[in-house]
Amino acid sequence: MSDTAEPTLRTEEMTLNMGPQHPSTHGVLRFVIRADGEVMREAVPDVGYLHRSIEKIAEKVGYHGFMPYTDRVDYVCAMFTNQGWAMACEKLANIEVPRRGEYCRVIATEFNRLASHLLTVGLMGMDIGAMTPFLHALREREMINDLIEELCGARLTFNYMRIGGVAWDLPPGWREKALAYLDHLDPILEEYNALFSYNKICIQRLANVAPISAEEAINYNLVGPNLRACGVKWDVRKEMPYSVYPDFDFDVPIGRGEWGTIGDSMDRYMMRIYEMRESSKILRQALTRMPDGPVLAKVVRNLRPPASECQVRVESARGDQGWYVVSDGTGYPWRVHVRTGSFAAMGIIQKLSRGLMIADLVVLIASLDVIAPEIDR
Amino acid sequence: MQNWIDSLIAAGDFGKNPPRDLVYAAFIFALSAVVFLGVAFPFAGIVSWVERRVWARIQSRVGPNRVGPNGSLQWLADGAKHVLKEDVIPDEADPRLFKLAPYLVVLGFVLPWAVMPFSSALILADLNVGILYFTAVTALTVVGVLMAGWASDNKWSLIGGIRSAAQIISYEIPAGMSIFPVVLITGTLSMQGIIRAQEWEPYHWFLFSNPFCFVAAIVLYVSALAEGNRTPFDLPEAESELVAGFATEYSGMRYLLFFFAEWGNMFIAGALITTLYLGGWQAPRLSANPVVMNVLELLSFNVKVLFLVFTSMWVRGTLPRVRIDQMMSLCWKFFVPISFINMIGTAVWVAIWPEGNRVAGYVMFALGVAIAVLFIQRVMYYLRRSRMEMYLHPTI
Amino acid sequence: MEPLQIYERLKGRFGERILETVEKKPDPFAVVDPAALLEICRYLREEPELAMDCLSNETGVDYKDRVEVVYHLFSYLHRHGAVLKVRLPREEPRVATVENIWKSANWMEREIFDLVGVNFEGHSDLRRILMPEDWPGHPLRKDFVEPQEYHGISTVRESPIVRLDQLKDQHKKK
Repeated sequence: MSDTAEPTLRTEEMTLNMGPQHPSTHGVLRFVIRADGEVMREAVPDVGYLHRSIEKIAEKVGYHGFMPYTDRVDYVCAMFTNQGWAMACEKLANIEVPRRGEYCRVIATEFNRLASHLLTVGLMGMDIGAMTPFLHALREREMINDLIEELCGARLTFNYMRIGGVAWDLPPGWREKALAYLDHLDPILEEYNALFSYNKICIQRLANVAPISAEEAINYNLVGPNLRACGVKWDVRKEMPYSVYPDFDFDVPIGRGEWGTIGDSMDRYMMRIYEMRESSKILRQALTRMPDGPVLAKVVRNLRPPASECQVRVESARGDQGWYVVSDGTGYPWRVHVRTGSFAAMGIIQKLSRGLMIADLVVLIASLDVIAPEIDR
Repeated sequence: MQNWIDSLIAAGDFGKNPPRDLVYAAFIFALSAVVFLGVAFPFAGIVSWVERRVWARIQSRVGPNRVGPNGSLQWLADGAKHVLKEDVIPDEADPRLFKLAPYLVVLGFVLPWAVMPFSSALILADLNVGILYFTAVTALTVVGVLMAGWASDNKWSLIGGIRSAAQIISYEIPAGMSIFPVVLITGTLSMQGIIRAQEWEPYHWFLFSNPFCFVAAIVLYVSALAEGNRTPFDLPEAESELVAGFATEYSGMRYLLFFFAEWGNMFIAGALITTLYLGGWQAPRLSANPVVMNVLELLSFNVKVLFLVFTSMWVRGTLPRVRIDQMMSLCWKFFVPISFINMIGTAVWVAIWPEGNRVAGYVMFALGVAIAVLFIQRVMYYLRRSRMEMYLHPTI
Repeated sequence: MEPLQIYERLKGRFGERILETVEKKPDPFAVVDPAALLEICRYLREEPELAMDCLSNETGVDYKDRVEVVYHLFSYLHRHGAVLKVRLPREEPRVATVENIWKSANWMEREIFDLVGVNFEGHSDLRRILMPEDWPGHPLRKDFVEPQEYHGISTVRESPIVRLDQLKDQHKKK
C-alpha cells in the first residue's frame, strides 16, 4: 500500500534480511522478510548455505563408505539417517539383519529421538526468551550423549550402524546405566513440562500461531510430529513397520488443540514432549527384552546389489525420511536421494508467514523443527 | 553540611571572600561525582556479576568463577575488555547521534541517584519534588534508545529502538499512576517526606496500608521491569530475534554503557518501590547515636532494594518473553485501568480515613505473610519431591 | 491396494499412455508418457479408491541416455503407494509441473531443476534452490565438470600435504 488516508503520508514495506548468521534460525537459513512494521507480508526462505553435495558423494564412495556421510545429513538425528541408508542397502541386496542387531538399532535410534526432541524443546524455550529450559534440556541430553559415547564412541555423528546390523554390541553394564537414566528422565520430563509448557506467557506465545490444517499438511508433505500435530494419526513405525517395531507397545500421540487450534505451534511443541514419553516406553521394553546373538550379518566387503531401485521410509525425529536408492550392479550407487522432513517443512513456511509477526516467525521455525543440514544436504 | 562548609570558608581555606554559591556548587559537584562514579557505576558492574551467578544457579550451571574469588572481579575484566575493543562506527550511521545515544541512556540512569534516599542524612539532594524529578529524569532513556536505533542505520536496530520507545512510554503511565496513591496518602512529593510518613514495622509500610496500595505496588514493580527492558519485557534487545536490538551496531564501551544503564536501572526501580511502599530506610530505633542509626538505616534500605534487584534477576531467568502486541495490550488494557482504579480507590480511602487505618494495615500484613508462607511451602514441597541432588552452596 | 493392482487400474483407464509396468523387486514402478502426466496424476489424486493425496518424494535421475523423474505417491487414506516415472530426453528435458496437484512439488521440482536440469512447465517459481543463482551447469548430471573458479574464488585447492612437503624441501635447501 502506498497511500493512506492522508495523501502526504507515504508508507512502504520494509525489506529485512534475517540473514544466514542469526541467533535464532536453526542452522544457516536465510529469510528475506517483507514487513509492514512488525507484521510480515511474506518471508521468503533462501536455503543452500549448507549444501555439501552429499548425494553426489554417494556415487563416488560406495555403499559401505557412505555411512559416515549419512550422519552429516542430519547431525542431530544421525542414527536415523544411518538406519535409513542401511535399510535401503539391505533392501536392495536382500540382507537380513540379526534380531539382536535390530534391537540395538531400535535402542540407538530411540535414544537419539530423545536427544533430538530434548534439543528442540529447549531451543523452543530459548527462542521465545526463556533461556533456562534450554540449559535444563541440554543437561539431560548430555547424559544421553555420554551413554551413546560409551556405546559407539561419538557424541554427535555416530556412524554406528553398518549395512547388515550395527558396528558394536552393547558394552557390559550399559543396559543398567541406560535403564537408570530412563528412571531419572521420566520424572524430570514431567517437572520440566510442568515448569515451562503450562506457563501463561509460553502458551500465549505459542497457541494459535500458524495453525496448519490436516489437508494442507498432507498436501505440503509435512511429516513426523508436524503432521501428527495436525491430527493425522500416521507414524511409519506403526503403519509400515520396519525393524522390530511390531514387538513394542507404544502410542502415537496426535494433536488435539487443547490450548488453541489443532495444528498450531503449541500442538507441534507438545507433540515432542509426548513423543519423548513414548520413546522412553519403547526403550524400556527394548532394553529388558533383548535377545542374544550376533549384531552384524556377514556382508561382503565390496557389496554389489543387483541393478534395481528401492525406497525406504524411516521415522526420524523430524519426520519420515524417504531414502531412494538406485543401484546399477556395480559397487557404487547410481543415485541416492533423501527426502527429509525439514525440506518439506521449509516449503510451507512461505505460505504460513503471511500475516504473522516477526516474533512469530521465530516461533514457527522452532515449532516446525527445521534443521539446516537436512534441507540442504 | 552547609554549616561545615561555612566554617571552612570562615577559616580561610578558599582564599579571601570566595563567592559562596560557587563553593557550594563545587562541593555539590564533588559529592555527586563521588556518588555517581563511586556508587552507581561500581554497583552496575557488580550487579552484572551477581546477575550472571544468579542466572547460572537457576540454569543449573555455575557462572563466572575464574576471575578473582568466585569470579567477583569478572566485571572489571569485562569492563577492561570492552574499553580495549575497537570503536566501530558503521559507515552510513549518523556519527553524532550514534555517539550521543549511549550517554543519554546513561544520563537517564545516573541522574536519579541524586535523590536516592540512602538514609536519613545520606541523600544528595532532598528535593521537595523528588518523585517528580525521578520520573522525569528516567524518561531520558527513551530518547537515547530511539537515537541508538535510528542512528545505527540498521533496520533491525530500528525495530528494536521503536519497540523499546513504545514500551517505555506506554509503561510510564501505569508507573506514574501507581506512584499517585502514596502521594495521596502523604501529601508530599519529597522522598524523605514519604519515608518519614512510614514506620519501620512492616505493617506500617504503605504496601500494607490498604489493598489498593498493595495492587499498586505490584503494578509499579511490573512497570518498572518493563521500563528497564528486563525480561519478560526485553523485546528491544530480544537476543533470539534482533541479535541485540537497538544496540546491535555498538561495540566496546558504548555497548557496555547501554547495559550499565539496564543493570543500574534495576537498583533505581528497586529504590523507587522501596521508598514508596516498603518503608525506605526506616529501621528500628536501637540506639541514640546518629551514626549508628544512619548505618542501620543504610543497611535497611540496601537490603530491601537488593532483594527487589534479586527478584528481577530471578524473574529474568524464569519467564519467556512476551510479544510486542501482547505487551501493549497488557499495558493499555489491563494495567492502565487497574492503576486508575487504584488511584480512585486510594483517594476514597484517604477521604474516609485521613489519618490512615491501622486495622487495615494489620489485616493486609497478615494477608501478605500468609501469601509468603504459602509460597515457601510450595517451594519446599517441590524441593522435597524432586529427586536430584540439590546443594544450596551459593558460592561454589 | 498393491502397487501392481494400481498400475492395472491405470492401464485400464489410460491404456497405452502407461508405457510399461516394470515388476522389479523390491519396488515395482510404472513408466508413463510425459504428455499425459498431469492427467494421470489428477486421476490418481481424485479417484476415491486411489486417493493419492501426498507426493512423498520426487527425484530426478540422470541415466546415460535419458533423464528420469520419479514420483513416489502415497495415500494417507488408504495407506498405499505407487511409483511413477517419466523418461525425458537428455538434451532438453521438460515436463509439466504437478505443483497444482500437490503443493509439496514446488520445492522438490526446484531442486530437480537445480541439480539435474529438468525444466518444469507451468511452475510458479522455477529458480535454483540449493546452488547459487548464477551457478553454471547442473551438478547431479553424470557429465558435470566443476568449474575451475566461481566469481574469482578457485575451486581447485592444492593439497596442504603437498604444500607442507614443498616448504620442508625449501627449508632443507637452505
